[in-house]
Amino acid sequence: MSLALVIAGLALTSCSGLASLALRRAPELAQRAASAVLVAGATLGVAGAATTLWTGGATEVHARWSVPGGSLALRLDALAALFLLPVFALPAAGSVYGIAYFPQARRGAQAVRLQLLYGLVTGAMALVVVAANAMAFLAAWEVMALSGFLLVFTEHEKQDAQRAAFVYLTATHVGTLALFALFSVLGSAAGSFDFGRIAQAGLAATPGVFLLALGGFGIKAGLMPLHFWLPGAHAAAPSHVSAIMSGVLLKTGLYGLLRVTGLFAAPPAWWGLALLVAGAVSAVLGVAFALAQHDLKRLLAYHSVENVGIIAMGLGLALVGRAVGDPALAVLGFAGGALHVVNHALFKALLFLGAGAVDHACGTRELDRLGGLARAMPFTAGLFLLGAVAISGLPPLNGFVSEWLVYLGSLRALSSAAPVVAWTALAAPALALVGGLAAACFAKVVGTVFLGSPRSDLETRPHEAPRAMLAPMAALAAACVVIGLFPALLLPALHHASAAWARLTPAASDTAARDAISAARAVTAAAAGFLAAAGLLASWRRRRARGAPTAETWGCGYTRPTPRMQYTGSSFAEMLTLRFGWAFFPRARVDPPRGAFPHHAAFSSHVPDTVLDVALVPVLRSASWGAEHVRRLHRGQVQWQALLVGLALVTLLAWRFLWW
Amino acid sequence: MTILLSLAYLALFLVVPPLLPGVVNRVKSRLAGRQGPPVWQLYADLARLARKGAVYSRTTTWVFRAGPVVGLAAVATAGLVMAFGGAPAALSFAGDFVLFAYLLGLARFATVLAALDTGSSFEGMGAAREVTFSSLAEPALFLCLMTLARATGSISLTGMLGPALPLAWGHAAPALLLCAIALFVVALAENARIPVDDPNTHLELTMIHEVMVLDHSGPDLALILYGASLKLFLFGALFVRLILGFSVQGAAGVLVFLAGLVGFAALVGIIESTMARLRLVRVPQLLVGASVLSAFGLVLLLR
Amino acid sequence: MSAWTEMVFILVVVLDFFLLASSRLRAVIRAAAAQGALLAVLPLLLATHATELGHVLALSIGAFVVKGVVIPWLLMWAIREAAIRREVEPIVGFIPSLILGGVGVALAFAFSSAMPLPIPEKHAFIVPTALSTVWTGLLLVVSRRKAVTQVIGFLVLENGVFVFGLLLSDFMPTMVEAGVLLDLFAAVFVMGIVMFHINREFSSLDTEKLSALKD
Repeated sequence: MSLALVIAGLALTSCSGLASLALRRAPELAQRAASAVLVAGATLGVAGAATTLWTGGATEVHARWSVPGGSLALRLDALAALFLLPVFALPAAGSVYGIAYFPQARRGAQAVRLQLLYGLVTGAMALVVVAANAMAFLAAWEVMALSGFLLVFTEHEKQDAQRAAFVYLTATHVGTLALFALFSVLGSAAGSFDFGRIAQAGLAATPGVFLLALGGFGIKAGLMPLHFWLPGAHAAAPSHVSAIMSGVLLKTGLYGLLRVTGLFAAPPAWWGLALLVAGAVSAVLGVAFALAQHDLKRLLAYHSVENVGIIAMGLGLALVGRAVGDPALAVLGFAGGALHVVNHALFKALLFLGAGAVDHACGTRELDRLGGLARAMPFTAGLFLLGAVAISGLPPLNGFVSEWLVYLGSLRALSSAAPVVAWTALAAPALALVGGLAAACFAKVVGTVFLGSPRSDLETRPHEAPRAMLAPMAALAAACVVIGLFPALLLPALHHASAAWARLTPAASDTAARDAISAARAVTAAAAGFLAAAGLLASWRRRRARGAPTAETWGCGYTRPTPRMQYTGSSFAEMLTLRFGWAFFPRARVDPPRGAFPHHAAFSSHVPDTVLDVALVPVLRSASWGAEHVRRLHRGQVQWQALLVGLALVTLLAWRFLWW
Repeated sequence: MTILLSLAYLALFLVVPPLLPGVVNRVKSRLAGRQGPPVWQLYADLARLARKGAVYSRTTTWVFRAGPVVGLAAVATAGLVMAFGGAPAALSFAGDFVLFAYLLGLARFATVLAALDTGSSFEGMGAAREVTFSSLAEPALFLCLMTLARATGSISLTGMLGPALPLAWGHAAPALLLCAIALFVVALAENARIPVDDPNTHLELTMIHEVMVLDHSGPDLALILYGASLKLFLFGALFVRLILGFSVQGAAGVLVFLAGLVGFAALVGIIESTMARLRLVRVPQLLVGASVLSAFGLVLLLR
Repeated sequence: MSAWTEMVFILVVVLDFFLLASSRLRAVIRAAAAQGALLAVLPLLLATHATELGHVLALSIGAFVVKGVVIPWLLMWAIREAAIRREVEPIVGFIPSLILGGVGVALAFAFSSAMPLPIPEKHAFIVPTALSTVWTGLLLVVSRRKAVTQVIGFLVLENGVFVFGLLLSDFMPTMVEAGVLLDLFAAVFVMGIVMFHINREFSSLDTEKLSALKD
């Protein structure tokens, strides 16, 4: 029943874009109709997923098809259901947002294409999550990747969109190549491409399988150093597309990693350690790069790298727990990672939608040109601030709950007797560093964009975002608050999902789950205490400071303070980015003040992505230089090209049949 | 009985903290050859500030007004999970020290945003330095608490600072000593004491914490000063309980705890009088040194 | 007795950290002197009833005098002559060298039990402390620019080797320690002469200036 709901939801969302195509004579109606269909499909999907999560069972369906090596198998278990929640919920919010942000009346064909692809990508992602056959998985994966590429390419007249889309396409296809290799290895070893059969075959956990999975899924998830396509793609895409890319698309990579490691009964401990280390590196370097950015959406994209790192840390701890047979560690690590998947989807989408509102109102994404927007856009500012508090992992919101669960996992590892496991507890101080840096970065963002005074004159006068843009943001914020205040509600669902993945019997993991639930209730009590104290103090202070006069900010003796004297985002983060100078390669352009009465001086700095701009692009450029020279072989004539291809084919065949 | 004790400690937590900065200032004055203000000066200051009116800057928004309120509420809530003097905390659960650290982070976040809201370059400067140093102090604090967790075998502050602590000193003394030194450095950094920050300087270019609260006045400033003294009390309680790792029951335990806190404040005063503030580029080295020390303590317990 | 010995080893490692983090030369020399003095006390602490107390006492006093008094005095004289006070910009910065030192110490303590060395009768901390001190000495020699700091790095390296030698002091007592001390003294003496000449030639003890000698 729940699988049927999910399939119906999947089908409905995939076709939602057709409504905007069919009704394109009446653009407003078309867009609203498409959005309504997508929201309806999403509701069905969420209902199906929630039912499975609550009961903890699994449903499967098999259909015959012409592809060899198994059937078209779809399976909805608690793990898939957990990932389906953000897959359906976020595009629903995004499509409502798109009504005001990317109106079809003004954007015409681009908006129609966007709606079509939006629905298609949602359906593809849902299919990826429920697919239980490697061929179906890969087909859905490709559809998801290609529609993602076309979505990034929406505003194709812009230079950065073209470049970002191309890098994204290359990266995702390299990843898919690794996945092809992975599934061929698994499929040929097990004799079938069905996940169920592969799991039952009891395959040996070879290093090659894990490395292929880490590479292929890691590129999609954005683990460092495979994240190089992320910042450009997320910055260049329209904001509601970036929201689902950051919130959901990256998570399908992590889902794939979970599925593949779940196919093995006893994964070795070094898999978990490798994932843990990769996660820690991603988290620390991701937030460091984010601190150095001055473009709002690029900064948020790097934070996605950081949060994917945190999720990977939790999942790494869970894998270590599975390897050493510690059910509590597996449950806690998985719960932390999986809850962070949902949480990150919620608050990252909220932040991207807020960034889109700022871009829509001010026409720029440059942090150092904005300022004081809280006065013009109070609701956007409030919702963005809530998202910022959530992503920094501060109580009483949801980011704290998932990070706390990951901490519980590493503390469980600390008390373990096995030496290797105890050393994984050193992930906790790394997580603490990441938390501190994330709070610093979001203090920078909120302070630079919304607080203070405007730093420059903007072309358009900033105005509050329209209701269609505020409503989805408010819904996401409400979800963040609910999960943060009542974490005990979600823990049973997480327990079911972890038991499904780690193949745990209920008895083994029950104690750990119950302890976590009682601790979560205590967190709710503390949050309630905090809110009560804050309320009391606020009412006391309001009575005391009634009718307080206003004045200029104390300028410390300057006779004519200007808003340009405020701290900019780059100056705020400078001390911290200096610390990470070994990872960055900042490019600065300085036009220094000259003479006794200087006229004009300018300074601009930019931190390019180290992996992409400093490592990959120069290497690939020299490779293409080499390829240019090789191309001279066929002198641009078709006959030579055909001859060369024929010769290569004959050589290969000869080698295969004569020497092997 | 233990409930009464916990309640008594909570009451002390709300009443005693303004005494600590008074002790610090008195020790500093005496060491400088002056009489100095009385130890209950901060109480009088808080009462006076609460009676005064406030002035708000035109550049600020509701974030500025919310800053002191959220800051004090967060620090006060952190006191709920702290096990004062070895008695059980009001609220204790697995991993509650994570909540403790992150509540202090929330207080800092609120103060930093309130500082950036004023649109003044000096407050931005203080905010930038504050977030830098506190993010470097977080790993050190966590490593200390994890060393304590490993030594006592408990992951809740009540368990870590409770009856298991004297036993832990028996078999893990060197690691706990390193942990205590690192914790003291973190306490100095988080409470804006020399050698990290000078609470008495009035030059904005040399301040960190003081410059962030430059624009608050009246009741807001009272909330901020009270919150700062609560934070000093919390770190002092953690350090004192760690150092005085022996169990004393009942009312005598409370007296020992208070005496320890006064000693802690006196120690801070002595350090403030004898050391100079570090150059700002040296502060990260100090904090990383504290992290490395506490990491070494943890390594000693993990091997 | 064992608790005190453990304290001494831990103090030696903490001094290693201080050496990596500090830029003031006088403090660094004093720390190296303190480390040498501490290590001089160790043979007395580790002495069992089987060893001859007389020769152990002589060894301790000799090591204390050489490593704790004579060599630091020589180095203080050297920096006074060259009028330098700080190691200003090392090749590897202070925080990275502190972190590298910390990682090395952690690895040493983690893996020392896995190494095939005769440990148990003496003390479990000998091998990790020795490895940590050798690693610190190596870091100092490789990453600092001033010749004085490099000499101190060599001193610390010798301290580490001395700790290793404590493992063997049952088998070849006098030879090992005396050889180490003599080697140390000769090396520092030679380095003192070299530093005097560098300073005379360049009016500075910056070893980077040595590359100006090539044509």
